[in-house]
This record gives sequence, C-alpha cells and structure tokens, in this order.
Amino acid sequence: MKPLLEHTGYGVALRRGDVDTDQIIAAEYCKRLTKSGYADVLFAGWRKDPAFVLNRPASSDASILVAGHNFGTGSSREHAVWALRDWGFAVVIASSFGDIFRRNAFKNGLLAVELPTPVVAELADRVDGDPRAKITVDLAGLEVRSGGLRHAFAVEARARQLLLEGLDEIAVTLAQDRAITTYEKSRGDWLPSVPNTPLRPVCPSTAKRRLI
Amino acid sequence: MTIASTAAGRMATGRTLVEKVWDSHVVMRAPGEADLLYIDLHLIHEVSSPQAFDGLCLSSRTVRRPDLTLAVEDHNVPTDSLLVLDPMGKAQVETLRKNCAAHGIELFRLGDRRQGIVHVVAPEHGFIRPGMSVVCGDSHTSTHGAFGALAFGIGTTDVEHVLATQTLPLPRPHTMAVEFTGVPAADVTAKDLILALIAHVGANGAHGHVIEYRGRAIELLSMEGRMTLCNMSVEAGARAGLIAPDQVTYRYLKGRPGMPDGTTWERAVAHWETLRTDEDAVFDRVVRIDVSALTPFVTWGTNPGQAVPLASRVPTPESFADAQQQAAAHRALAYMGLASGTPMDSIEIDTVFIGSCTNGRIEDLESAAAVLRGRSVAPGVRMLVVPGSTEVRHQAEVRGLHRVFTEAGAEWRLSGCSICLGMNADRLTGPARCVSTSNRNYEGRQGLGVRTHLASPAVAAATAVTGRLTAPSCLPQRGTV
Repeated sequence: MKPLLEHTGYGVALRRGDVDTDQIIAAEYCKRLTKSGYADVLFAGWRKDPAFVLNRPASSDASILVAGHNFGTGSSREHAVWALRDWGFAVVIASSFGDIFRRNAFKNGLLAVELPTPVVAELADRVDGDPRAKITVDLAGLEVRSGGLRHAFAVEARARQLLLEGLDEIAVTLAQDRAITTYEKSRGDWLPSVPNTPLRPVCPSTAKRRLI
Repeated sequence: MTIASTAAGRMATGRTLVEKVWDSHVVMRAPGEADLLYIDLHLIHEVSSPQAFDGLCLSSRTVRRPDLTLAVEDHNVPTDSLLVLDPMGKAQVETLRKNCAAHGIELFRLGDRRQGIVHVVAPEHGFIRPGMSVVCGDSHTSTHGAFGALAFGIGTTDVEHVLATQTLPLPRPHTMAVEFTGVPAADVTAKDLILALIAHVGANGAHGHVIEYRGRAIELLSMEGRMTLCNMSVEAGARAGLIAPDQVTYRYLKGRPGMPDGTTWERAVAHWETLRTDEDAVFDRVVRIDVSALTPFVTWGTNPGQAVPLASRVPTPESFADAQQQAAAHRALAYMGLASGTPMDSIEIDTVFIGSCTNGRIEDLESAAAVLRGRSVAPGVRMLVVPGSTEVRHQAEVRGLHRVFTEAGAEWRLSGCSICLGMNADRLTGPARCVSTSNRNYEGRQGLGVRTHLASPAVAAATAVTGRLTAPSCLPQRGTV
C-alpha cells in the first residue's frame, strides 16, 4: 500500500445514524470474488431515490463522507469498505463507528475519523451549504481542517503507523515468527485441532432433490 | 491503609474473565502497541474468504495452521435442494472448495451430514471450548462466547492475516459487565433477554467493549440459550460477549467429537474452573437489568435496539431522549409502515422464519414445536423452519418435530443461513412482513422493502398461528382455533 499522510477533498453529508453495512452494500452484492468493482452497488437501495445525497450532481466528486453516529454497524463484510473506496471516498467522518467496519476501513486505506457530534454537525452544515468547501484530513498531524474549523482526532497508533509508512501488516507480523512459534509450544493439550476427514454424505432422505 | 474505592479498584490485582482469556493468548506485548493475539480456531465460509486466499496466493504465502482452520458452506446454500443454482453463489462455493483442497483445510460442504451454519456447526462438533480464542469473517462469531471463549468477527483482510500468521494484532478491549438480576418468568427466553438489553443500552451501547454476561438468569440458561444471547452481543455494538464456563458447559462438551477424556479432560476442567472473574476485579462499565418482570420482546423498527415488550405499543418518536434517536424512529416507522401507538400484538405478518445462527438450534425448534403442536399456521401465512445444521435437522426428525411443523402447514427445510439475509435462493420480496428468529431487522435485510420483526422461536410460532404478533401465553386453547 502507498504511504498515506493526508487527504484533501470535497465532502458530502449523509445525515443518518446507525447506517449498517447492509445499507452500504446489500448481501446479494457480496457474491463477487474480487476486492474491487463495487462502486455501482454502493447504497444501491437508497440510490433508487433521486433525492438521495449521492445522486446530487454537486456531490459527484466528493471524497469525504460526513456521516452520523454508529456508521458501519452490523455485518463484518469488508465489501462495505471496498464499495465506499470504489465510489471515490477516501475518508468517512462520523461521531462513532461500528468496530469491525472501522478496523476494515483502515486496512484498506479508507480513513475512518471519529469526531465529537457537534463538530460532525458543523462539518455537515458546512458541506451542505457549500459543496465546494474543502476539507483536509491530516493523518500525520491528527487534525481535520476546513475553513476556520480545526479539530484534533485520535487513531490507534499501529493503524496510523501502517498507513503513514505504507506497510504490509502481514509482513510485519511474519517478522515475529519466532515469538509465534515459541507461543505455539506452550498451548494447552486440551485445545481442539481440525482433522482432515472424508465427506460423510447425508442420509438418502435428506439428499432428496426436492423436500417437503 | 484506606484507599478510595475507585483507586482501590484500579490497583486491584484481580482480573475479569475477559482479561484472563485475553492475556493467555498474548504472543507479544509492547507499551503503546496493540497486543499480538494467538488464534486457537479460525472458522471460514464462502463469502468473506475468497479475496483472502487470493491475497495469500499473490504474496506466495501459505496457511500457517490448516489444522486450526475449519471451513463450512452456509451463506450461499439453498435450503430446498443440495444444488447451488445461482451462478455467483456457485462460484463462491466452488472457490471455497478449491481453496480448502489447495491448502489442506477441512471443509463441511453441502451434502455432508456435518454441514450447517458455521456458528451452529462448530460448537456441536466439539470445536469450541472454554478459554479459546476464535475468529471468523462473520460478525456473529460472538456466539462462541457462550463457552467462555473469546470469539469475534473480522473482515477479509484480517482473515488473510490469520490464515498467514494464526495471529491478529488487536488493541486491548474495554470490559463491560451485564448483570441480569432476578429470575425471569418461564415464557421469557434468551432472545428476550438480549433484545431487552439492546433496547436498554442501544445498538451501539457496548461500543468498544467485550461483555461478560452474569447473574442467576445466565446460570439458568442452557448452552443453546447462552449461544443465542452471546450471538447478538454484536448487535449492542460489543466486540464480543462471554459467559464463564460452568457445569452446564461441561455437560454440553463431555463426549463431543475430539473432546479430551481421562486425565486430560480433568486437567482441562481444572483450567476452565479458573476462567471466572476474580472478586476484586474491576469492569470498565457495569450495566444491571432486572429481568424478574420481563415479558417477551419484539422489534418494531429497523435496528435491533428498536425493541419493546410484545404486550406494549409502537412507541412515539417523541418518547426518545435525543434528536438522533427521534429522527431514527421517524425513519424506522416510515419504512416499517407502522403508526405510533399501535398495539404490537395487532401487527399482522405474512411470513414466519425460524432458523439462523441465533435461533436455529434443537432447543429453538423444540420451543417452536411445543407452541405449534396440535395447531395450524394461519391461512395466508408462510412459515419456514430452517434447521441451523444438518445435525440439528437430523435430531429434530428423530424427535418427530418435522411432523409437527409440516402437519401445522410449515415448510421443513435443509440447513443454511436462509432468509436471515437476502443472499441465497431464499428471499422475500417487499412489502412482506416477517417475524424472524434471526438477528437483524435492518432495512432490506431479508429482501428489498421487506419488514422484519425479530422475536424468539416461541413468539414466532405463536405468531404463525394467529397471523399477528402473538405471545404463546395469549394463544387460545388448542382445539378452539
């Protein structure tokens, strides 16, 4: 991944709380085998409404989504992050996030920035009033800036370092192979392992093609 | 020396159950850094794993511990046949088969008698034990906390990380005790306990925390009930939810496949007995709920926190404390096509779904069958009973439950995730209104425009009889309907 220090772009406000990942991308669109190509199905249900914010021409090149509380709650589907990124979003700002979504976002270079509710509301008012208002999210300086607004945010140290340096997290962990191997030797003998076994076919009555 | 209680708490040496299980999995810890946590069991399924295997392949990496990895086909499978007809679903299932074969990973595939929903299958085949760490690319992995295991859902990038390293770097979570005080009435199930909790704290009320469920009401629950409860921890925003292991746990485990016996079993139990919160341990947060007056709960809105007692009415948006909740209530009422003040038990439904990783176990089917025995599904109502696993289906048939369902007019189907989520061949179309024993009532979760009311299996079965949301205790005597 390329190092990511900051992002500047236009914002669009999605004034809804508890936006779950089923809304961001419905399960029926999570059947693809790729990590990209999901832009067309982002918020597919809501985009059927012509008045939905993402359908406004003025917001077509927005790269910062200003959302409500508990954004990305629910299913762990990483497709939600891929869809937002594919649409062109580089940042989501919200007063709180679903835990798994936020973790998934950082791993894909989508900044999930948590700010206090009044600050999020001010940003939403600002981008609604002027879709050309620029917002800068500074990951190195841990600060969001827009016009006169300036607010600090916090990010877990490791996630920030990985993004700033563009590191491959798996490579970082694999460098600790010796510690992992040492730990493995101390594991309890009561822990399960999963043997490889042949298929055990279901009984014929269950295998009937059509059922009651 | 006297120390103020909070300070004393901070200085206490006691640890919570969550901290004990967490600490025992730390491979590496450095100040200010995330802990590197070892993963004892990695469950995978066809939807969240293909891109992870791709990534592994692109980096020429291998699966570190195929012997600690179990794959199950569940999200995309049909429940009326053993053939996946949808081309994209079929491609995902075939990709999983190919990846498991290439990496030597055990797969319970469609047509195998061990197939089912991953969170039903893993415990019933003895793969979940107290004190373990378990992950899966599925948010309902929290189910396995019922055994005193630290179990949580992850995204696809983390699936790849676990495949390659059998570890995950994770920040230490906050701890939250949920104390259920009092003893619930006989008709109050684990589903009602968890719906009442989420309604109380909100859909993000346990954000950033791992919950430990405590109290007499928890001790009285079966393993099936505990799994239902822990399953929906994530709907309260929690990372995971755990219950300390006890005799109920050991009875469930004893004799399951691969379970240790003899002295190894005794040593295991001796270790599991230490997995309880020390008396001087301090939780970051404590929530207490008196369940002695609780009655069956159902959802009225579009997130699992929008739930009320079935005996009450659809709330007014103005009854909520803050503007955000009020706006959410307005939106939810519009989507659900409901008016404030409507008695919940007057809401008519057309579909009943019994199944899912929340309520698809044998006890759930028993509970629904007990209500349905000698009664019929109301005209115009479609009822689907989808066992959580092929094994559960078999157990139910041995007990004759399938005849209770089919004689009442319900469909008796094969196991899978089914209409919990609109992904496989089982799909509803709006504006269907479904009472569902699953875990999410989000907009469109069961199909575009579909309205979902979450409830327990007993309430779902009673609702099937009358065609409107109904508590079992409100059903007319058998033979009078």
